[in-house]
Amino acid sequence: MSSTETTNDGASTKVEGLQEFTLRLRRYDPESGKPAYYEEFTIELEPHRSVLDGILQAKNDEDGSIGIRCSCRAAICGSCGTRINDKPGLACHTHLDEALKRSKDGKITVEPLGNMPVIKDLIVDMDAVHWKKQARVTPWLLPSEPLPEREHIVPREAMVDVTQSMACIQCGACVSDCLSMEIDPLFVGPAALAKTYRFVGDPRDARHQQRLNDLAQDPHGLYACTHCFNCIEACPKGVAPMSQIMRLRRIASQDHHIVDRNNGERHEMAIVNSVKKYGTLNEANMIPDSYGGKLHPASARAMLASLPVITKALLRRKVTPKSALFHPKSPDQAQIKRIYREVGEREQRLEHNLYITQPDEDPAEIAAHEAHVAAAAAREAAAKPGVDQTGAGA
Amino acid sequence: MPAHDVLIIGAGLAGQRAALAAADAGASVAILSKVHPVRSHSVAAAGGINAAMNPADDWRSHAFDTVKGSDYLGDQDAIEVMCSEAPNEILHLEHIGVTFHRNETGHLDLRAFGGASMKRTAYVADITGQAILHVLYEQLMKYSDRVDRYEEWFNTSLIRGDDGRCVGCVARNIRTGEMQTFTAKTTILATGGVGQAFKPTTNGLICTGDGMSLAYRAGARLMDMEMIQYHPTTMTANGFLITEGARGEGAHLRNADGERFMVHSAPNKMELASRDVVSRAEQKEINEGRGTGPLKDSVLLDVTVVPKNRVLEALREIVNLGRDFAGIDITKEPIPVRPGQHYTMGGVKTDSDGESDIPGLYAAGEVACVSVHGGNRLGANSLLDTLIFGRRSGEHAAKVAASMPMPTVSDASLRDDEREIKSIIDRPRTGRRVSEIKEELGVSMNRYCAVFRDEEGMTKGHEIVKRLQEEAKTAYIDDQGTVFNQDVLGALELGFMLDCSEAIVKSALERKESRGAHSRTDYTERNDEDWLFHLTVEKDGADAGADAKLGQSPVTITQWQPMERTY
Repeated sequence: MSSTETTNDGASTKVEGLQEFTLRLRRYDPESGKPAYYEEFTIELEPHRSVLDGILQAKNDEDGSIGIRCSCRAAICGSCGTRINDKPGLACHTHLDEALKRSKDGKITVEPLGNMPVIKDLIVDMDAVHWKKQARVTPWLLPSEPLPEREHIVPREAMVDVTQSMACIQCGACVSDCLSMEIDPLFVGPAALAKTYRFVGDPRDARHQQRLNDLAQDPHGLYACTHCFNCIEACPKGVAPMSQIMRLRRIASQDHHIVDRNNGERHEMAIVNSVKKYGTLNEANMIPDSYGGKLHPASARAMLASLPVITKALLRRKVTPKSALFHPKSPDQAQIKRIYREVGEREQRLEHNLYITQPDEDPAEIAAHEAHVAAAAAREAAAKPGVDQTGAGA
Repeated sequence: MPAHDVLIIGAGLAGQRAALAAADAGASVAILSKVHPVRSHSVAAAGGINAAMNPADDWRSHAFDTVKGSDYLGDQDAIEVMCSEAPNEILHLEHIGVTFHRNETGHLDLRAFGGASMKRTAYVADITGQAILHVLYEQLMKYSDRVDRYEEWFNTSLIRGDDGRCVGCVARNIRTGEMQTFTAKTTILATGGVGQAFKPTTNGLICTGDGMSLAYRAGARLMDMEMIQYHPTTMTANGFLITEGARGEGAHLRNADGERFMVHSAPNKMELASRDVVSRAEQKEINEGRGTGPLKDSVLLDVTVVPKNRVLEALREIVNLGRDFAGIDITKEPIPVRPGQHYTMGGVKTDSDGESDIPGLYAAGEVACVSVHGGNRLGANSLLDTLIFGRRSGEHAAKVAASMPMPTVSDASLRDDEREIKSIIDRPRTGRRVSEIKEELGVSMNRYCAVFRDEEGMTKGHEIVKRLQEEAKTAYIDDQGTVFNQDVLGALELGFMLDCSEAIVKSALERKESRGAHSRTDYTERNDEDWLFHLTVEKDGADAGADAKLGQSPVTITQWQPMERTY
């Protein structure tokens, strides 16, 4: 790659502001019989260019054998999922200067995605993990028959809502750093569960209950996520897989009353009730309450099985016998009751959605923007009374 | 050796649609792609898909807009097929799960798009291609017992039987380096365009003209190759596409003086004129010194005039692109754009069932030239093209396959290709690097075959392509391995791009008029009397180094006689 860029009419101009970066790539050649190693490449690019641009410069100019999947360079094809300075993401979506800021040693380290076998260099076997898990959630629409003659009539908001999970590009960044999957390789994982929301949130699908029940009863399914937020951080497209998982749980328990054999639903209710009662979590009650109450045989078994953890917690003074037996109530009980009442009285659950909600927006800014749009429209109308701005009429 | 009724090469929208249609028609199907299907470049199509869905609309109006957009070079019989079948195709997509956005009554919403006389573009925010591609892949997973998927297999050549029919292909398993002969009664190419022969381009790195070149080498004719679309709104910062949907939602284009310059060249449609018209207007502003930016090489796309909640809901992807790749919040400030290479109108010449000159060989989508786009493709007609002609190819191929025996195919081509690959790997490091030649090709094509063209420039371009073809014969690579040797595939792709580039430059030099995207400063007018026909390109003789030979093919006119084209 040369340090010139070409304008549309073809004139070549020297680009200012090039900077040197050191890429530290994890290399692995399965044919060599040797273990993986790291190799450094020095590249020269503008700081706002992507890590992928850097890798391609090294590949084009120095070593064509560097293996990385890539195509669009614009964070839409999902090919270049990698780990950059220990964080999963798309190489094309990570600026060199930002990557450098996160570096501990002044070098940008690029490694293959985690939780999947490596084929060569930065290329992992997505079929063996990612796509296999997708196949587990019946990843196609199951509409009621017969199909309508025209399109399904569905609420406008519903289609905008599922767009957030439809925006998933299957890059595998979330799978790479899923902590639950690291502990439980059979966990269906964030990407497949986000895909599930794409159907459960879609009013045209006729099998919501069955989908949710299957995943709720699966010990490696809906309730195997431990809310570590890694997938939300990893996702380059704002799909927020964990948020979709939580929505699936809320729909499973509240709308379909699915009580699962993994005690996922009971555990959730135990937390809700504990906070309602005390204002905080009473850890000592969590196990019995999650297994059907203190007198339930399953609860005794669970307590017994958890003895090592309980002992450790006591030894490290995370819990004391006193705090376990006499869990303090928060002073402002009225506030807690009010919050529970207000949330309970809502007709609809408020769900955060990238395509609908606009977080952190200043009302004054919104008003100013609306005025700007109106003014522009008025200017155009005054300047060209005859022009139809809607696109109707040739 | 796998053997199937229908073999599909390429797994973007056209390929996947063909596979599903052929399987529905009862055929045994294999679909082979050099990338995982959801990485195919159809994923980048943003704005939407055209169909006369509105009861007040009529497919004939859509067809006329398409004919007019093509600058009367489109074949009207094929355009009628595409536009009349469009509404049912959209309904099919809706039924299998595409999450098209709805209006307040819950029906499909439609947005405005360039060159269209009605709002007729169905969409999923600004990720329409992605949404459709992923839903088709959902279906492909559902069909896994009927469709064999060969993901990450690279096609190296097509095979013709003794009777001239196409009887399959040779492909390399990218993961293992293993070469395999695929036998098939019918073969459908769905490998996309050749944007990577240009730099910059909106196209992905995988868009290297593989199918066009392989069909050409096998003896098929290419058509309309001079017609290269420059999209009016590609980000100056990096060449990425900003969807026409932005202008469909009301965004403006302005020059350095703040003027909405489209008023001069398209006073009625303004920013929503055909893409060739808008790109020329922008280039004219830039060439005449009214561009913006440090190099005065851009115009401004102003999305701030679109209500912000609408932008966040319907143009989310370009908000992300602006923020992540140019550091610009497009809801607050205009973004510098300029015309950039985007689409190959030309391709493998086919009839409206997708069949090429070679019996048993089909092509659908950007690799094909039916010709429904003629001199200029309308925005949101490409997705439609892929799906309609993908389906028709799949259906026709399955029908033909049902009444014929499985051909017998030798491994002769496989052995040739193995030798070829080995010879590339073994080349001494005395020539140029493959990547260097590709870089020079891209820069040259973008210099000499861009928005405005002339004899002198294109002649230079032609000379460069011929020289690069020679240099490519000794170009060397680094990777000696077999597992994921992307380097050697890059060398093969360079060969594909050079074939296509030769066809593009030769056709463009030949056409001595201005029509659609082919705009010459030395022949500035459209000339129906002398040039109302397609240019075709075929290989002059069977040997590998044979030159490109030009020919002509008539334009089919059914109901719309050529008229002056104004917007």
